[in-house]
Amino acid sequence: MLVRGRTALLLLPIAAGALIGAEPAKLAPDQMAKAARTDTITIPTPGELFAALQKPGKPNWTGAYRAPIPTTYKNRAQLALNLGGLIADGFIAVEAQDSQQVKNIGSDVIKLAKALGVSQNILSRSNSINDFAETNQWDSLQEELEATQNEVKNSMQSHSDQDLVILVSIGGWIRGTQVVSGSVAANYDARSAKLLRQPALVGFIHAKLNDVSPELRNDPLVKNVNDQLTNLEKLVTFPAGKSPSPDDVRKVNNVVSDLIQQIQHKPDAK
Amino acid sequence: MFVFAGVVTSLADTDAEVNARKNALDVAGAFTNDGFKLRDGHWCGTLKAQDHALIAVNLYAGNQYWFAVGAADPAKKIAVNIYDETGRLLRTDHYEGGDRAAAGFSPNDSGQYFVSVDLVEGGSSSFCLIYSYK
Repeated sequence: MLVRGRTALLLLPIAAGALIGAEPAKLAPDQMAKAARTDTITIPTPGELFAALQKPGKPNWTGAYRAPIPTTYKNRAQLALNLGGLIADGFIAVEAQDSQQVKNIGSDVIKLAKALGVSQNILSRSNSINDFAETNQWDSLQEELEATQNEVKNSMQSHSDQDLVILVSIGGWIRGTQVVSGSVAANYDARSAKLLRQPALVGFIHAKLNDVSPELRNDPLVKNVNDQLTNLEKLVTFPAGKSPSPDDVRKVNNVVSDLIQQIQHKPDAK
Repeated sequence: MFVFAGVVTSLADTDAEVNARKNALDVAGAFTNDGFKLRDGHWCGTLKAQDHALIAVNLYAGNQYWFAVGAADPAKKIAVNIYDETGRLLRTDHYEGGDRAAAGFSPNDSGQYFVSVDLVEGGSSSFCLIYSYK
């Protein structure tokens, strides 16, 4: 049962395991097809994914760190993809409870946001991230990271950069999936492997990516991400209740790791 | 009959939506006190009497979730229900408090689920949904 005798929840009269009202027992396929889907609710944060990953046992979060990435990309699509990935890195640092790493990543997030021209509103977020990191307020940091990401997306939308919004989400999803698949591949656990079952999620972000402007869709990096999402959609599709095999997990990890390399690659980086 | 809500927006920018979101946050606060982390995003819109709105979410096995909804006047009673990816209505823990309600559960499988917001009693009103996890 979800709710046990916790103080706060006792204030709410919870009905356990109930079916409420005269609701239809089954949704029709067209009802599910027409359901609303939004970036902020339908796409989970890396924090949600990482919360589930550590249920069977604490992963090696510091082992999931990567070397600092460049923050001076000229391509806006690449900036957006890396911004999402960096925010996922922030969630990893929060899980590792590594305040210095959180501050380092927060600083890089601001640099990428500045390069995208959306930094004005999030400078205060940067200060909050530093303050929460200094005082080890890990739950607040998670909320602040997500709020920072949403503020960047809102700023993009208000600056007619809405096509970049989905790239931020995709960057975060790819980086989060790299960490989870890498962790499961290194220490296989059938329950954790089930986290990779996300066909509808990949289908949704893939569809959103197909809706961006032709110019952006034909950007070589975006085009490659789009192509690989087709591949990934197959790799993360398996029946409910079934765990992917260790080999399946490695295949997912290989694809997303290759994508991360391409996303963070800067041709003129020395 | 299952009818879909007319207008749905992502930004709570009307007074009614702000009130609806405040009601949702009031309910969600109890869960955050219990270790649930609140998502920053929300989904707001309007519902007619006896109407329903449906949104797709992607959840992870192993996590626990609470979906909290608030509505504004003249809503009298709202409800939240969760369906799995095949459209089957799930048994969930429920909180009902007039113009605010919540449903909580722990999915056995990662994947897509559907959250239904139902205006059971009262006239057309704004609603707002937020969710938390741990």
